[in-house]
Order: sequence, then C-alpha cells, then structure tokens
Amino acid sequence: MSNELSDEQYNGATILIKALVDQGVDTVFGYPGGAVLPIYDAIFKQNKLRHILVRHEQGAMHAAEGYARSSGKVGCVLVTSGPGGTNAVTGLCDAMSDSIPVVCITGQVPTHLIGNDAFQEADITGITRPCTKHNYLVKDVDSLAETVHEAFYVARSGRPGPVLIDFPKDVMNATGDYTPPLDVEHKTYKPQMDGDSALIREAVKMLKAAKKPIIYAGGGVINSGPHASELLTELVRLTGAPCTLTLMGLGAFPASDKQFVGMLGMHGTYESNLAMHDCDVMLAVGSRFDDRITGRLDQFSPGSKKIHIDIDPSSVNKNVAVDLPIIGDVGSVLTDMVEAWKADPTEQDKTAIEDWWVEINTWRKKDCLKFDENSGLIKPQYAIQRLYEMTKDREDVFITTEVGQHQMWAAQFYHFDKPNHWMTSGGLGTMGYGLPAAMGVQVAHPEALVVDIAGEASTLMNIQEMSTIAQCKLPVKVFILNNQYLGMVRQWQELLHGGRYAESYMDSLPDFVKLAEAFQAEGLRATKLDELDDVIKAMIDSDKAVIADICVDPAENVFPMIPSGAAHNEMLLGPEDKAEQPISEEGMVLV
Amino acid sequence: MTPIETTIEKHTIAVLVDNESGVLARVVGLFSGRGYNIESLTVAETDIHENLSRITIVTSGTPMIIEQIKAQLGRLVPVHNVRDLTLFGAHVERELALVKVQGTGDARVEALRIADIFRARALDSSNESFVFEIVGDTGKLDAFIKLMEPLGLIDVSRTGVAAIARGIDPLT
Repeated sequence: MSNELSDEQYNGATILIKALVDQGVDTVFGYPGGAVLPIYDAIFKQNKLRHILVRHEQGAMHAAEGYARSSGKVGCVLVTSGPGGTNAVTGLCDAMSDSIPVVCITGQVPTHLIGNDAFQEADITGITRPCTKHNYLVKDVDSLAETVHEAFYVARSGRPGPVLIDFPKDVMNATGDYTPPLDVEHKTYKPQMDGDSALIREAVKMLKAAKKPIIYAGGGVINSGPHASELLTELVRLTGAPCTLTLMGLGAFPASDKQFVGMLGMHGTYESNLAMHDCDVMLAVGSRFDDRITGRLDQFSPGSKKIHIDIDPSSVNKNVAVDLPIIGDVGSVLTDMVEAWKADPTEQDKTAIEDWWVEINTWRKKDCLKFDENSGLIKPQYAIQRLYEMTKDREDVFITTEVGQHQMWAAQFYHFDKPNHWMTSGGLGTMGYGLPAAMGVQVAHPEALVVDIAGEASTLMNIQEMSTIAQCKLPVKVFILNNQYLGMVRQWQELLHGGRYAESYMDSLPDFVKLAEAFQAEGLRATKLDELDDVIKAMIDSDKAVIADICVDPAENVFPMIPSGAAHNEMLLGPEDKAEQPISEEGMVLV
Repeated sequence: MTPIETTIEKHTIAVLVDNESGVLARVVGLFSGRGYNIESLTVAETDIHENLSRITIVTSGTPMIIEQIKAQLGRLVPVHNVRDLTLFGAHVERELALVKVQGTGDARVEALRIADIFRARALDSSNESFVFEIVGDTGKLDAFIKLMEPLGLIDVSRTGVAAIARGIDPLT
C-alpha cells in the first residue's frame, strides 16, 4: 500500500481499502464524486481491488446484488455523498427485501459540516435506516477498520442484508491505525444457527404422520449456501412429498425432478397452489409467507399443520400462525432434520402419499402453463421456452430479469436445477433491476452466459448501464420481450379496471437494434416466429454484448393467476376461464 | 390452523441497547414504519461502564403483533436484550408527572387537599399556582390529572413508564 506512513499509520481512505481487501472484496461497483475523492485516490494507487465505473448509483447497487447472489460473496458499492447515496436507496431497499448481502460505502461531507445543509449533504444514515439491516456513521478514523469488518459480518450473518457505512471526507484524510479482522464474537448480533433438536424431532414425527405433506421452500435456502439446496433435495426425496418453490427459491430444488410441482403463489402453477391449499402438513423452509404466496390469508391452507424453518424470528408468525417454528440456519436445521428422519423408526403411510400424488397428478393434467401455440405470433412464453431449450445443456447459464410479465414467464418457463443461477427482484419488484444485475453476474463469472430476460419498459429504467457494459467489455445478453406495453399493468387494467389502459402503452420506444449499436453492442431483432431461433442462436454465439429485441404478441397475459385477495383454489387458468365458465368445478371465481 | 387471537393486549417491554447515536431513532422508526402503537416510551443511560441505555416501551396489539414487535426489536443490531415484562411476570411500573394548577380560593385549597390524598408534593408555589410532583403507576397519574382538571389544570409533563421485574434476575 503506497499511502503508508511511519509506524503502520495510514489515512482513512487507505484503511478502508485494506479492510475491504481483508474482507475478500475483489470488485467494487461505484461512482466517484467530491466526497469520496480520497478513496478514489487510494484505489488508484493499488491493484487488489477492481473498480467498475457504473453510470448511475442504482446500477451499482443492483450490480453488487447480482454479483452477491451469483457468487455467494458480499457485494460492495462505493458512492459519493448526497445524490450518490440517495440514488443508491432503491437498491438498498431491494437488497433489504430480498435479503442480499451488500456493503454500501457512501462519502459524507466533513464532520464539521454535517447538519449545516452543506453542498451534496444528505442525512443518508437517517434516510437509509429503515432500508438497511444496519448502518454506521464513522466519526473517528481509529474505529474505521473495526466498523468495516463489523459491517461485513452483519451483512453476511444470519438473514443477510444491506449495510451502509457513511464516511465523512475529513475522516478519509485523517491518519490512524489499521486493525485486521479479528475472530471475536459480536457483542450483540449473534443469530441462532442451530435449530432446537427436540423441535426438529417433533417436525419429523409430524412429517412422517402426514398423508398429504408439502415442502414449500424459498430464498432462505439459497442464502444458506449450495449445501442447503442439496439437503433440501435429500429431504424432499426422503419424504416423497411434493416440493414447491417461491420466486426467490427457484433453483433450490431441481426443476427437472418429478417431485417438483412448480413455483407457487400469484402466478404459480395450479398443482402447487392446490397442493398448498389441500395439504395436511406444510414444511416451510426459508420462506416467509409473503402476500404473493398466501393470497387471501383466512383461506390460506386452512386444514394444515405448519412447520416453519427460518433464521429470522421476526419471519415466524408474521402473516400466518404456524404450529411448529424452528429458528435456525436452513442448512444446519436441514442437516439435523435429515438425520432425525433417518433415525426415526416410524413408517410413513405410503399408500396415503401415493393417493396424494394421484390427486396432484390430476391437477397437473390441467396443464396450467399451456398457451396458444398456433397464433402465428411470437408468444413470450414460447420465446423463453426456446431460450431455455437452446441453453439448457450449458452449465454456466445465469438468468436475471426485470419486473413484470416477462419476469413471471421467465420463472415459469426457464427451469433451474441449481441455486444461485437466477437473479430477480422478488420482494421490492424493482423495474430496472435486471440489466445492472446481469452486469454484476458477468463480472463475477466472466466466461458464463448471462441473460437478462427483460421487458422493453423495465430495461429502459437502467439502460445507461449498457455504457458500463461496453467499457468493461462484458458480453451480457439482453433478451427483450417487447410488447410495447407495461404488460403487467395492462393485464391488471384488463382484468380489474374494465380494459381502460391508462398510461400503460408506450409510444416512441427506441429502436433497440440501433440503441445496441450506439452502445457498441450487437443489436438483433425477431418479428416473425421463424426468425426467433436464429436470433437466439446469434445472441448466444456472440462474444459481445447483445440486445435482442423480440417482438412478441402484445396482448398476451400471464396465467395462471390468483387475483389479489383470492384464495389458492380460486385461480384463473387462462382467458378461456373468463369466457367459458365464470365459476368452474373447483369453485374458482373470477374477479 | 392455529386460531389467531385478536384481542388487544397492553404490554410493557424493556429493551437494553448500546448507548450510541441513532439507536432511539431505530426503535421509534421501527414502530412508526410498521404501524405499531407506542403508548409511552422512556429512555436513559443506565450503565455508564458498559455504555448501555434502557428503553421502556408500553405498547398494545394482538398477541401476534406483540410477538412481532419483540422479534423486530431483537433483530436490531445495537439491541442487547428484549424483555416483555408483562409476560415475564411480577414487575413494578412507575411514572412521574409534574402537574401545574392555577387557581385561588376554594379551588386552590381543594387542589392541595387532593394532592395530599395522592401523596403528591408541591414543588413550586405562587399566589395563584402550584406545581405538583406525583409518582405512581399510569392509572394513579391519570386519576390525579383528571381530578385537577376542574381545579385549574394548565400544564402537565409526564416521564412515561419506567419498569423493572420484581426479585433478582436483572436484564443484561
């Protein structure tokens, strides 16, 4: 380190860089400004940290999220004071909602100016208090290194999340000592990792006695590490139960496994939602009974006993009262549960489980994801199906999405057999997430095929990151399902607001092929069905960044759908549901 | 499914926190952000060696909400311990109020007489006013203030509830 002074004393900026390197950070996504210039100077003088210059601070946050989710490491962001910090707020909220470990360092005006409404001053610790797991204002250079180490510990431990460090400029220039990370227990923050073994044995007894069990897993399994996904898979196979995954959990159990009944919730499969509704024992693993999952709460799985494994005690009994909560890390609890299952001599009622599968398979026969394949138009579902077919044999495919209809189709039609390969904004639903997230994934996996399955409206929200992608020569593929609508808004207006399409149509969209070229990327377009495969092939084969503009049927809607406020057994299966029978045999109702 | 209890209960919760800047804002922001009630809140440093403050919150909600409040408080990083004194068992609660009453003649005499019954002390006296100090549980203070209203009550300052469990077993 070249800023070295005598006797191991360094300036604050250099201490920060040393601490980041010691925390295993190799990449920082950031944007310079007045209040962080000393840090940029320290970055300039070293070569252990790679800095990716984004085009907007929101892009830096989502890139760090993509990096973190695909690599299992803590993402790192560096932005300036005032607008630098406020622009990062959406990304912090997003990481908070999806429990993604990111450390965001913001510059701040010098301590003597704090509170004086100085130039580019914002109370960023105040602004971000509700949307970070924790935040710090460093007022003393001697506490800096320790604060950075603690921030990384808090970000990655327990239920992960974003942590912000606000760093005044005078502290960057002050000299102090560097303290390396110490292996000491945090004085207050000690998440419970191991589950109570008596409760785990009790859970096994409940599961063994079940006639209609279901395992419902979410993002907590992914966050616990790849080992947790393997254990989940083992447990599902031991129990013989159906497994359903949340949007955040896709990849935690292989989609190709016959025990997988698909994603659940608002746009989940018919079979998964009905199995959730009718089950007698539900094992929720690292999932939080989100409102997109439960639908109408008083009708949510009314006849079942519920077991809930979660590392966050505040996730338990928040929306749905459960019978047996087990607090602990998913990986640790599942290890014990698999063992307890094998040790418990009780026999399962195999006939009952077989009957349960007969029932599930009748629901499966509904083929709830079917769509019109003879329209002559490129159906968005078909486009994703083809993308999946043409990429599934590769080991290194990572998919990110924006937010809206295309996101749901991607979840339904792109299949994941492994965790950490699917990055989507689940909790906050941030349009503009996918492109910068893909950029972050590509930085972590330079050789991989990284595809942002996008909508034309969402992708325009952070399209400036194409410039970052060009500068860093990242071969990110943007696969736009272009329907010229804010599709999900239009779908709700069609179903719930009498087809009055207020402000959901976009005129004067850019020519995405020319836009790609303007950003030194390759632009491709498919307008006809027979052009689709060629475009996908050209996209995959290109070693450059690509924007593929797929002009899809603009009228297509996402089905199945549980309308807001409806129960799991009140699904809309498709447009014909509406036309043919407003109330179907299963008691499905239309809203 | 376990039936959901919907009766509203009042709970007194003690929270031991690091005495650092922003910690009260975290607690208060949690309550406002998630729509929980605060009926009273007191905070002061209680351990200068360990640099700890103790927050006492009186809140109300269904049992599910009360559980949520405690879990949410528990996951704040500077929080050392959360104790629901209402569930913990026997505990004592005290609150202090300063009550200013303006009046002359019979009303003034009556105010002084009631203060005596309530064991309130007069901390300040002028020709036409008193400032009383009264200590007790919330109900006693409410009753005293209500009685002072027709006698010329013009100003009240209350500390909010401080509470501690009976017996040994400190909050650490």
